[in-house]
Amino acid sequence: MAQVEKLAADLPLLPAAMVGAEALARARRWHILVFLAPALLVYTVIMILPLIDTLRLALFRRVDGVPMFVGLDNFNILFFDPRWSGHFWSALGNNLYFFAFHMLLQNPIGVALAALLSVPRLRGQAFYRTVFFLPTMLSFVIVGFSWKVILSPLWGVAPTLLGAIGLKSWFHPWLGQEATALTTLALISVWQYVGIPMMLIYAALLGIPAEVTEAAELDGVTGLAQFWKIKLPLILPTIGICSILTFVGNFNAFDLIYTVQGALAGPNFSTDILGTFLFRTFFGNQLQLGDPNMGAAIATMMFLIILLGVSLYLFGIQRRMRRYQF
Amino acid sequence: MAATARARASPLNRGAIHVVLLLYAALCLGPVLLVVVNSFKSRAAIFGAPLSLPGPATFDLIGYRTVLGQGVFVNYFANSLIVTVGSIAAVLLFGAMAAFALSEYRFRGNTALGLFLTLGVMVPIRLGTVAILNLMVAAHLVNTHLALILIYTAQGLPIAVFILSEFMQGVSKDLKDAGRIDGLSEYAIFLRLVLPLVRPAIATVAVFTMIPIWNDLWFPLIVAPGEATRTVTLGAQMFIGQFVTNWNAVLAALTLAVLPVLVLYLIFSKQLIRGITAGAVK
Amino acid sequence: MAFSTRLVALASVSACALLAAAPAVAADVTLTIESWRNDDLPIWQEKIIPAFEKGHPGIKLNFQPTAPKEYNAALNSKLDAGTAGDVIACRPFDASLELFKKGQLTSANDIPGMDRFSAVAKAGWTTDDAKTTYCVPVAAVLGGFIYNKDAFDKVGIKAPPKTVDEFFADLEKIKADGTYVPLAMGTIDQWEAATMGYQNIGPNYWHGEDGRKALIEGRQKLTDPQWVAPFQQLARWAPYLGDGYKAQAYPDSQNLFTLGRAAIYPTGSWEIAPFAAQAQFKMGVFPPPVPKAGDPCYISDHVDIAFGMNAKTKQPAAAKTFLAWTASPEFAQIYSNALPGFFSLQSGVIEQTNPLAKEFASWRETCKSTIRSTYQILSRGTPNLENETWVEAANVMNGTETPEQAAQKLQKGLDSWFKPAK
Repeated sequence: MAQVEKLAADLPLLPAAMVGAEALARARRWHILVFLAPALLVYTVIMILPLIDTLRLALFRRVDGVPMFVGLDNFNILFFDPRWSGHFWSALGNNLYFFAFHMLLQNPIGVALAALLSVPRLRGQAFYRTVFFLPTMLSFVIVGFSWKVILSPLWGVAPTLLGAIGLKSWFHPWLGQEATALTTLALISVWQYVGIPMMLIYAALLGIPAEVTEAAELDGVTGLAQFWKIKLPLILPTIGICSILTFVGNFNAFDLIYTVQGALAGPNFSTDILGTFLFRTFFGNQLQLGDPNMGAAIATMMFLIILLGVSLYLFGIQRRMRRYQF
Repeated sequence: MAATARARASPLNRGAIHVVLLLYAALCLGPVLLVVVNSFKSRAAIFGAPLSLPGPATFDLIGYRTVLGQGVFVNYFANSLIVTVGSIAAVLLFGAMAAFALSEYRFRGNTALGLFLTLGVMVPIRLGTVAILNLMVAAHLVNTHLALILIYTAQGLPIAVFILSEFMQGVSKDLKDAGRIDGLSEYAIFLRLVLPLVRPAIATVAVFTMIPIWNDLWFPLIVAPGEATRTVTLGAQMFIGQFVTNWNAVLAALTLAVLPVLVLYLIFSKQLIRGITAGAVK
Repeated sequence: MAFSTRLVALASVSACALLAAAPAVAADVTLTIESWRNDDLPIWQEKIIPAFEKGHPGIKLNFQPTAPKEYNAALNSKLDAGTAGDVIACRPFDASLELFKKGQLTSANDIPGMDRFSAVAKAGWTTDDAKTTYCVPVAAVLGGFIYNKDAFDKVGIKAPPKTVDEFFADLEKIKADGTYVPLAMGTIDQWEAATMGYQNIGPNYWHGEDGRKALIEGRQKLTDPQWVAPFQQLARWAPYLGDGYKAQAYPDSQNLFTLGRAAIYPTGSWEIAPFAAQAQFKMGVFPPPVPKAGDPCYISDHVDIAFGMNAKTKQPAAAKTFLAWTASPEFAQIYSNALPGFFSLQSGVIEQTNPLAKEFASWRETCKSTIRSTYQILSRGTPNLENETWVEAANVMNGTETPEQAAQKLQKGLDSWFKPAK
C-alpha cells in the first residue's frame, strides 16, 4: 500500500527525455498506477503483510505465554545451540545436495527434451509434450503414493522390472536407507518437475525466428552444431529463468518429502531439508509443540538464503546476459 | 526453409529421436498408468499382480463404488474448478498488467518494485497462514471460494510477473513506438500489441499457476474446510486418510483427482500451442 | 505492526466481503466437532450422531475430521483465528494442556458425569497441579500382538507365546517354514517402531508406571538396563521382518498382514475394526511376552482421546450438553461397541461384543496398565523425546545403531533440558 502512494508521488519526476511533452507525462502517470494497482494490492495485503507478521516473530520468544522481545537471540540458538544447529546445518546441506541434483539432471534433461521436440515436423509432438508434462500436473499425494508403491519391496513393481532384465540383486529398499533416501527423493522430484524447464525452453526454441536458423543453414551450420552455436546462446536467458525457478523451488520444497517420509524426514533425518525442518518447528509434530518463534527464525534464514541466490542471479548473471529482441 | 530442414534430418536420426522420446514417455506414463490400471482391479489382484492389466477375473469397480457412494465428489470438482479458474484469471490479468508496467515504463522505484514483487517467490506463503486466516475471518470470507482465490492470486502473482516481464522485454520497441505514433493509448498498446505477442508466455504461466492451486491441500484445509467449499485434492486426501488400507478406494480417488487437471491442461495446452505457433510464424 | 496489518486488511478485504451473502440462520443449534479420527466418520454418521440427536432435539452435530498428520497444525491455526469447531477432540498431555493454558479450552470440572472417571483416566487432560481437567476422557487403546491363527496352525504353534524366549522360538519356526513373513512391521514411518515396538514391549522391562514415574523423578535413566532391554529385543526382531522392511510403510504392514502373508502383527487394539473387515482368516491376540516365565506382565493402556470445549464457541450451553452426554454410560456403550478396540475410560464395566476387543480388555485384569513413557512431561523440551524415540527405535531396527548407542542419545537429549522434580 505504502509503495503505491510513494509511486504516485514519484511519478511526476519521470525522466522527461523518455516522454517528451509534459502533458503526455501527466497522462502516463495514471495508467502506470492502473496497471500496477490490482497486483500490488492483492499481493501486499494477502501475502507480504502476513509474511512480515510472521517473520517479526523471529525476534520474540514466549516466556510463560507472554511474547518477549529477544533481539537476535533465536538466531544465536539456531546457529550455536547443538540441539538446533545440528538439524539446521544438516538440513541446509541436504537442501544444497537436493538443488545440485536438480541442476545437474532436471535442467539438462529439460533442454534435451525440448531440443528433440522442436525438431521441425516431428510426428507426435503434441503427444510427447502432453505426456512429458503429465508428472508436473500431479499432486504430491499421487506422486508420493505411486512412487512409494513402485519402490516398495513388498508389492514388487521395481523388483519385478529389475528381475526381468536380470538385475534383481540391484534392488534395495532405497527410500528406507539413510545412504540412498535423499537421492531417491531427488530423482522423484526431478521426474515430477522436468516438465517445467522443458516447456519454457521449448517455447523459447520455437520463438527463435526462422530467419536466424535459415541464415545459419546458409552458412553451413546445421544439426548439433547449430544447436550449440546458434540456439543455445539465444535461449540462455530462459535457461537462467529455469535455474532460478529451480533454486527457489528447491529451497521451498517440502510437500514431497513430507508426503513420502513424514515430518521427521527419516530415516534418521537423512532427508530433512529446510522446508521439513521449518514445518516441524513451526507447526509441531505429534508431541512436539509448534514453536512459531524458532520457526520464524528458520523461515527468515530460508528467506535470506533465497534472497542471496536470487540477487546473485539478478545482479551477477542476468545483467551480463544479452537479450535479443525479435 | 521447411524443405531444407526436412532434407537434413535423415530417417535414421528421426528414428533415434523417436526411440528416446518414447522411452521417456514410458517413464512419465508408467507410474500414472499403474495407479489408473490398478484402480479397476480387485484387492487381491492389486497386490498379487500389480503390473498386469485388469482381466475378466480381476476387473472390479469396488473402489469407485466406495468413492462415489461416499457422497459429493462432483461438488468437489465444481469447487476446485471455480477456485482454479478464478485464480488463474486474476493472476494472468493482474500479473500481465503489472509486468507490462514494470517492463515498459521507466519510473523511479521501478527496480525496487520489481524486487518487491519477487520477494514473494522466496518465502512460502504458507508461513503467513495465521495472519491470513485472521484476515479472512475479519472479512467474513472463511469457507468461501473467494478466500481461496485471493490467496492463490497473491501466491501466483510473483512468478507470473517474473516470467511475463522477462518475455515482455523481448517485445520489439519499434512495434510499440509505431503504435504510439498511430495514436494508440497505452491500454490499447498493452491489450492489442503486447498481449498477443506474449501469448505463449501467458499460456505457460497459466499452466504453472494452475498446478499448485489444483493440488494444494493446505489452504483448503485451513481456510475452507467446510463441506460446501471442499476441493478435490482435500477430498481425496481425506479419503486416503479414511481408507488408508483400502487401496481400491485410494486408487480410485487418486484417478478421479487426476482426470480434471488433465482436461484443464489439454484445454490450455491447445491455447499454449496456438500461442506458440502464432509467435513463431509472425 | 499487527494492528496496522489488520486495519489495512480489514479495509481492503471488507469490500469483497460485501459480495459474499450473509449465512442463513438455522433454527437448530449445530455443533461442529473437530477430530483427527477420520477413520471414524462413517461410525459417527451412522451410529453416534443419530443416537445423540434422538435424545437432544434442537442440537445437531457436524463431525469434521482432519487427517491425523495435519490435525495439530490445522487445529491450532483455526483456534488462533477463532474458526475452530465448538467441540475439540483433545490429544493427550501437552498438546492439549498448551491449548488450555492459552485459554482456548475451558475447564471441564463442572461437566456432569466427570466423577465417572478415575484420576488415572483423567491424567492425560489434567493440569500438573491436578486441579483442573479440561477435556472429558473418551477412550484408551491397548498395545499387544495380533496373529494369524491359520499361520500358527500350519506351522504347528499350539498356543501364543508367553515369554520372550517362546516368542523368538515361534518366530524361528515360522521363518523356517517359509510360508509367512514372521513379523509384519516396517521402519520407514518410524512411529511404528516406537509405538508398536518400543512402547509395546517396554513396560514388561521397566515395570510400567513404576519405571515411567522413576524416569520423571530422575531415579532412573534411559541408559539403565530396563530401558535398554526393549531396544535389544527390537534389534533381535530385524531378521524376522519382511524383505526390505526399511522401506515398508504402515499401510504396507497392514496389508501384508490382512492379505494373510504375515503371521504376527505387533500393534494395538485400534486395528481390530479395520482388520476384521479385511482379513479372510481367523485372528487371535496375545499380550507382550514377559522376559521370564512368572514375571508380572504390563500392558500399554494408553489414554488416547478426549473431548473439550472451544472457549470461543457461540453455543457453550449446547457444547456442555454434548460433553455431558459423552461422559454418560450411554455414550460409552455406543462408542466402545461401534469402535471395538477403543476402550471407554469410564469406571464401571462396559459390555464388549467383539471377541478380540474382549480379549484385549481382559488383560487389564491380569496385567498392570501403563501409559506410554514419553507422553507425560518428558516431551516438553527440545529435543523432543517422543520424536527422538521414533528415530532411535527405527535406527536400532535398521541396524544403523546399537541399542546402547540409541539409549545414550535419548538420555543425552533429555539431560540437555530436563531437570527432574526433586
